[in-house]
Amino acid sequence: MEQKQEYKNIWVFIETEEGKAKPVGFELLTPGRLLADKIGEKLVAVIPGYGVREAARQAAAYGADEVLFIEGEEYRNYRTDVYADCMTELVERHRPLVILMGATNNGRDLGPRLACRLKTGLTADCTALDIDSMTKNVEWTRPAFGGNLMATILCPEHRPQMGTVRPGVFKKPVPDEDGSAAEQKLIGESAGIKPERIRTEIVERIKEVVQSVNLEEAEIIVSGGRGIGKAENFSYIRELADVLGGAVGSSRACVDADWIPHAHQVGQTGKTVAPKLYIACGISGAIQHLAGMSGAETIVAINKDPDAPIFGVADYGIVGDLLEVIPELIREIKKVKEI
Amino acid sequence: MKIIVCVKQVPDTTEIKIDPVTNTLIRAGVPSIVNPYDAYALETALRLKERYGAEVLVISMGPEQAKEALKECLAVGADRAWLISDRAFGGSDTLATSFVLSRAVAWLSKELGDVGLILCGKQAIDGDTAQVGPEMAEHLDLPQLTYASDAELSEDGVLVKRENDDGYDMIKTKLPAVVTVTKISGETRLPSIKGKMRASKAEIPVLTAQTLEIDVEKCGLKGSPTKVKKTFTPVRTKTGIKVEGKTAAEAAAGMAGFLDEKKLV
Repeated sequence: MEQKQEYKNIWVFIETEEGKAKPVGFELLTPGRLLADKIGEKLVAVIPGYGVREAARQAAAYGADEVLFIEGEEYRNYRTDVYADCMTELVERHRPLVILMGATNNGRDLGPRLACRLKTGLTADCTALDIDSMTKNVEWTRPAFGGNLMATILCPEHRPQMGTVRPGVFKKPVPDEDGSAAEQKLIGESAGIKPERIRTEIVERIKEVVQSVNLEEAEIIVSGGRGIGKAENFSYIRELADVLGGAVGSSRACVDADWIPHAHQVGQTGKTVAPKLYIACGISGAIQHLAGMSGAETIVAINKDPDAPIFGVADYGIVGDLLEVIPELIREIKKVKEI
Repeated sequence: MKIIVCVKQVPDTTEIKIDPVTNTLIRAGVPSIVNPYDAYALETALRLKERYGAEVLVISMGPEQAKEALKECLAVGADRAWLISDRAFGGSDTLATSFVLSRAVAWLSKELGDVGLILCGKQAIDGDTAQVGPEMAEHLDLPQLTYASDAELSEDGVLVKRENDDGYDMIKTKLPAVVTVTKISGETRLPSIKGKMRASKAEIPVLTAQTLEIDVEKCGLKGSPTKVKKTFTPVRTKTGIKVEGKTAAEAAAGMAGFLDEKKLV
């Protein structure tokens, strides 16, 4: 590429839903800040949506140097063609060096569509980022082979350099509450979306009423695996989670067996979580599962098999029958909490 | 109508182990399978075929060995299969791979006509990028619907149930379109004896860069904007406490004490 040096600044795409920002967008301002500072360029949040001024102000408070917000009814619900056309226009106008996106379903729908249109490289599900201050090449590190291998990827000749990061991998920056300073960083943008280019139509939106599972935000997660034996035994996991005020997670095996919805799944093909406490019950600890939870501060495990790999990452492990241990553990925790 | 299903032959990543001494992947003896999400895509195609009538065509980009994966697809009911294979394709990243696949889809559309749907798994379990489907849609300038857990045809299009973070959307688009498939309800079908016999006898034609009139600058390492700088095995060593041979009550009391000490209760 001839004009590689024309590409400047670190962009973070912030996904919104009905005007509200998804947390992963703000989380990405943390690694975005590190990259921007290392090369002495700006960190820019880019927010298309409907009623997004508040989200834009939040992005500024979380440390973006500039916030480009694109306001419009057409952005209310995510549709590939609308967002791809909008982002293409903005990229061609401003020529960012790097674009970071959250690896939500919509982010993973938009990212490759956009990368392909821009004929550039995209690295999915990065867990660590760095940048070379001379070449301005980002070093994107991501798991492959189901988390068995880590790979560091470069996109040396093409700009912008693009990557997605899963929710929960980075923590949000500490917000600066100075509202007027935030306001000055906001820049309204627009893109010419042609209605005839929008080829998909959302016929119906269904929110699952199953209890809201916000695993990425949870401080305590209690997860069940194949070792719980049957679907009904998730009651043990739920009860322990309730006593601790935590959320319920699961390994892939239970989701495949239809014991629990996919929204609860932690791991390579589920969610990445980083709670203060992760309790793995009847989870052997396949590397795919470890890839999703090894960022937890404290890990405890209960498993019948003394050789289960989960014990290799656990701070405290019990070799035993979880159906016997969990009720006792609940009793003990109630004692500690004096309830 | 014809439905094209794109499949990838992958190592069964659940069978990969780490050599505890060298801390490297043990690849030997790891079985090759049809990527599970591609199997869901194929099952979706076969269900559409049963319901509406369609011809199911399967393509795979890979080495000669990937013919085995294509034969598995024929054995469960796919009608025809092609291998897309050329030395020039080696080392392709997702942009280059999706380009080659898009040329194969275009070639089949021209040769056979009436291609309405192109189905892929949402991602392959070895790379886990989820990029090839949407990138192929962009190369073909077709609409894309991703994370579909169900699909049905309407008079001029396709309606899919698309998973999102807090539920699902029913989304429709006109054909032709690219749909990527996540886990679907119900089981994928098993091959019949007759299907296996038919598959074992099947001749699988190979589409090369020349057949597809592909500019070799746009595929393989040359056509790939991303480069692998290095790979390494993640280090996971922790020396925690492991309690064995105690009664449930003793062990639980110990764990509760540990959690209390860490102020996690």
